[in-house]
Amino acid sequence: MPLSARLTWLLLAPALAVLLLVFVLPLGWFLVSSLLELGTWPEITEQVAEVLGSRAMRQSLLATAEIGLATTLLVLLIGYPLAYGMLKAGRGGFRAIIACVLLPYFTSVIVRTYAWMVLLGRTGVINQILQELGITSLPLQLMYNRTAVVVGMTYVLLPYMVLTLFGAMRGVDPRLLQAAAGMGASGPRIFLRVFLPLTLHGVFAGVLLVFILAIGFFITPALMGAPEDMMAGMLIERQVELANNWPVAAIMSIILLVVTLSIYALYSRFADLRKAIVA
Amino acid sequence: MTAGAVALEGVTKRYAGQVVVDNMSIAIAPGEFFTLLGPSGSGKTTTLSMIAGFTVPDAGVVRLGGADMTHAAPRDRALGMVFQNYAIFPHLNVFENVAFPLRARNAPAAMVNPRVAEALAMVRLSGMEKRHARQLSGGQQQRVALARAIAAQPGIVLMDEPLGALDKNLRYHMQTEIKDIQRRLGMTVIFVTHDQEEAMNMSDRIAIMDGGRLVQVGPPREVYERPNSAFAGRFLGEANMIAGVAEGAMLRTPDGVSFTAANARKGPSLLFVRPEKLVLKRDPAPPAPGENSITGVVCRSAFLGNVIRTELLLASSEVLTIDAGNGAGASLLAPGTPATATWAAAESRLLEA
Repeated sequence: MPLSARLTWLLLAPALAVLLLVFVLPLGWFLVSSLLELGTWPEITEQVAEVLGSRAMRQSLLATAEIGLATTLLVLLIGYPLAYGMLKAGRGGFRAIIACVLLPYFTSVIVRTYAWMVLLGRTGVINQILQELGITSLPLQLMYNRTAVVVGMTYVLLPYMVLTLFGAMRGVDPRLLQAAAGMGASGPRIFLRVFLPLTLHGVFAGVLLVFILAIGFFITPALMGAPEDMMAGMLIERQVELANNWPVAAIMSIILLVVTLSIYALYSRFADLRKAIVA
Repeated sequence: MTAGAVALEGVTKRYAGQVVVDNMSIAIAPGEFFTLLGPSGSGKTTTLSMIAGFTVPDAGVVRLGGADMTHAAPRDRALGMVFQNYAIFPHLNVFENVAFPLRARNAPAAMVNPRVAEALAMVRLSGMEKRHARQLSGGQQQRVALARAIAAQPGIVLMDEPLGALDKNLRYHMQTEIKDIQRRLGMTVIFVTHDQEEAMNMSDRIAIMDGGRLVQVGPPREVYERPNSAFAGRFLGEANMIAGVAEGAMLRTPDGVSFTAANARKGPSLLFVRPEKLVLKRDPAPPAPGENSITGVVCRSAFLGNVIRTELLLASSEVLTIDAGNGAGASLLAPGTPATATWAAAESRLLEA
């Protein structure tokens, strides 16, 4: 039953109030006050052009995009089979997978990132095992590079992809798969021609969601990445903490926000498409 | 070995200790329209599922064209199927839906277009190739499902309650179309339904099922007029059953009334006769030779369109239903009117009580 407009707004009110109080207001205040520091419009636009044209910003945006894409791809490649496993597993298997996927989800990102550092560090578990087995003689540099960042972020973002994909997969009518088998289709054909197309909207939704989250990452790249390989979030933090240059941080934040919102607009279009396909 | 289209030999299926299909044997001839008819839970869908290969029997053999296919995968059986919910692929248009079984069996590309066109023409959907499933009405989806089932020109097509979701007029129309296509293509069709009129309209033979067992198999008219049990008699239409004790072709009721039947039995029995075989008379006359007759009081008389249905309360407190045509002179009888029902002895049968 569709809710009346008034009731809908009433139910949304607490969430909107929180969003306004802890997101829109501080962000607006931060942006406005930072930009006011710069003075007049011409001064502001000049500064924006300078930030956009700066080497550091361009490199950081490129690194952010590359790390975001690599992470999203890896999350999809791991997440799709995992979600499919959840769909096909019995009760016990389903619970085991959901526990493995969700338990880390409830743990702080910092704790999870430190856990990876324990594994990947110079004297970490993996290096010790490799040396014990005589596979390597010297510790490998597993940390403080882009691979470590992608691995760490993949782990953090996996649940978002798995849950999105699982929802889409559960929406596929199993009778369609049975019908395809009855019409002579082989297992691979059923997957490629029926199951995959019917879950594609979930893939799009999951990819956009994970990518949006990935480009805003800060903790994992800050702790596990190479110092010179900075993502947008790290660059902004550096402007505030080290350079104490709030106006530049504000401009960078706006750029990141615009990119994120653009992708979100795309995401909501696919969310609508999902209704159109499944209904 | 029978070289029929489909044969089941002692097929049994259990789910969680419950016997769903019990030692079932049938042989279906090539080109036959064969209907599995029964209430829900009678095992008819499970039987179809074992022929399709979605369900593996616990015992018995499933033969297709004489070959033992009991354990063959569905895709190796080369059957056409129409599913209860149609199972139209929502992401494909009409053309690709109908082309699916052809592509699935790696038909040469040059064969796909003409076969799809032919199948769509057969169900009168030419010109709808580009439509999507959600743009189709229920009847059109049904036609797509039918076209898809026959596109690869399988010799055998299985249909699981394909018309259940359609309204009554459209259903009758589609029955005629399916039957027509089946005749033209010479297909063997195994059809599952719980609608007895549908079964009689379309089938060469009907198999009535109950509790996982075959109750009776035969041509519609034979099963309708000569049921082998009270269940078959009641399931395939309205039936009158008068209880008594049989001795030869004679049934004697506890009230001492005697009836003659076309067959002989011994012991507690039911006398079966269809409502339209009875004739109702206001003035009691002695029965003619070869006729049964009983007197009662009208308790209900109703106009049902094509028939006038009258219920006659007997002294035994059993109620007889009499259907009379609504031709000139036919009229409803007021409740309480005494009347006599008569029918030819040849139209009644003795069944196990």
